[in-house]
Amino acid sequence: MVFWLLIGSGLSASFQPTGAANGTGYIAYFYPGIVVLVLLFTSIFATISVVNDRREGFLQSILVAPVPRWRVVMAQALGGTTLALLQGLLLLLLAPTVGIRFGATSILLSIGVMALLAFGLTNLGLLIAWRMDSTQGFHAIMNLLLIPIWLLSGAFFPSTGVPGWLAWTMKLNPLTYGLAAFRHSLYLDTTANAFGEGPLWTLSLLITGLFCVLTYVGATLTASAQTN
Amino acid sequence: MVDTEVLHSITPEGFRRFPMVSDNRIEVENLSHAYQKRQALDNVSFDVSCGEIFGLLGPNGSGKTTLFRILSTLMPVTSGTVRILGHDLATEVKAIRNLLGVVFQHPGLDAKLTVVENLRHHGHLYGLAGKTLRHRISELLERFGVSDRAKERVEILSGGLQRRVEIAKAMLHSPRVLLLDEPTSGLDVTARRQLSDYLGTIAQTENILVLLTTHLLDDAEACNRVGILDAGKLVALGKPDALKAEVAGDVILIESTDNETLGTAIAERFRVSTVFTDNRLRIECKRGHEFVRDVVAAFPDEIQTIRFGKPTLEDVFIKLTGNPFVEKKDSEN
Repeated sequence: MVFWLLIGSGLSASFQPTGAANGTGYIAYFYPGIVVLVLLFTSIFATISVVNDRREGFLQSILVAPVPRWRVVMAQALGGTTLALLQGLLLLLLAPTVGIRFGATSILLSIGVMALLAFGLTNLGLLIAWRMDSTQGFHAIMNLLLIPIWLLSGAFFPSTGVPGWLAWTMKLNPLTYGLAAFRHSLYLDTTANAFGEGPLWTLSLLITGLFCVLTYVGATLTASAQTN
Repeated sequence: MVDTEVLHSITPEGFRRFPMVSDNRIEVENLSHAYQKRQALDNVSFDVSCGEIFGLLGPNGSGKTTLFRILSTLMPVTSGTVRILGHDLATEVKAIRNLLGVVFQHPGLDAKLTVVENLRHHGHLYGLAGKTLRHRISELLERFGVSDRAKERVEILSGGLQRRVEIAKAMLHSPRVLLLDEPTSGLDVTARRQLSDYLGTIAQTENILVLLTTHLLDDAEACNRVGILDAGKLVALGKPDALKAEVAGDVILIESTDNETLGTAIAERFRVSTVFTDNRLRIECKRGHEFVRDVVAAFPDEIQTIRFGKPTLEDVFIKLTGNPFVEKKDSEN
């Protein structure tokens, strides 16, 4: 929240997104990015407990129970998704302040996309957490991987006008599509446009869905490989 | 003489509950396990039967936690074979998990949930639900004397009560094997004694196999049979009394200003072997009371304190390994 207002206000003076309608400044551009950041942080932090619980705690009891690993991972993923979604919904209440008008479709779609994003990100967190044997290692990965993924997703700045290599990195970043899908669904019922060109709506949704499936399968495989 | 175990297994109750299981033992054969370089378990073999309380005794770092993790299906068998009630641990993990109740050393309860909530979630993991589960939960809370605390959060219970809830949880799905890792750690003397009474009752009335690890000699004394681990090797196996009988007669411990000189002198004069452990001289001999009298008469000035006692499992450990019963530098895992 504070992060959003400070950075958003600070940069809005010098930075005008191309194609933005009048009256929607950087704060509005930045808004979906902040929601995604909250989803990212909540989802990933929800998975840190796996690192310790696996060595000493609650998770050990679950691992010796006759429960297949895919169900354990699904439960963990849904748990993280729920937490992240609740946090995200709180932020969604602020959408009208940046000129977003919700209709039934756009609000349901927005929540749906948030759920997908949270699920995918929780699984990404699980994929990492199941490999780690210390929380320090997890934090290192956070800084090296997760923050850049977010920065280069179009949350902070659009891909138009950035150097070629950066534009490509952003194109290859799965979160770019998640963010685009979220942006599209937010502005579905708002006449002002969704800040210029980005990935297409259907493509974004497709890639986000694929991201969820892949991270879930990855997390399950990792969990199975790391335990008996 | 009436064999009570046979009587138990031919009751209708016995047939109904355990129809598929032909075997009633844990058999460990030539089990070895190595972490990168360190050999944590070295060719360990033993077996335990239902109705028995078996204690794995060893100082920290002796490999007992590794053995526990393998038996509880947390880690795979890499060398050797383990059969649990007739199922091969390497290939039939799922069948075995249904038979096991496991109590870990670190709390396996969610402290923010109530006692009943913890048990309910655990029941769901084992496919129990509805009326059966509710009935079973109240039955176990009753048996472990925690019924009146059922609605309280786990975090406000005392350590002893939490451990009881853990065991109730592990027993919820009527396992035939109960594995406990250091179950008495963090408990006071009263709670420890209560715990071992509970385990004794469970083992006998339900014909359950109880296997626990411990580094406390008192806990091991309370077991029916004990396996002593040292540096990954099983150095002794048997009933506590039988093991203690292997130590010849009595044990005398002497402290003096110069243990080494005194040790040599005593060894020469009385023709006994002396061992220097833990800053003390340790001597094993028959008719210890006479020896104490003679040795004090012979070295009245050198001896500061002298202790005379019947052998304990600690003495068994020292005799077999030549080391005092303390923690190894190399820590577990």
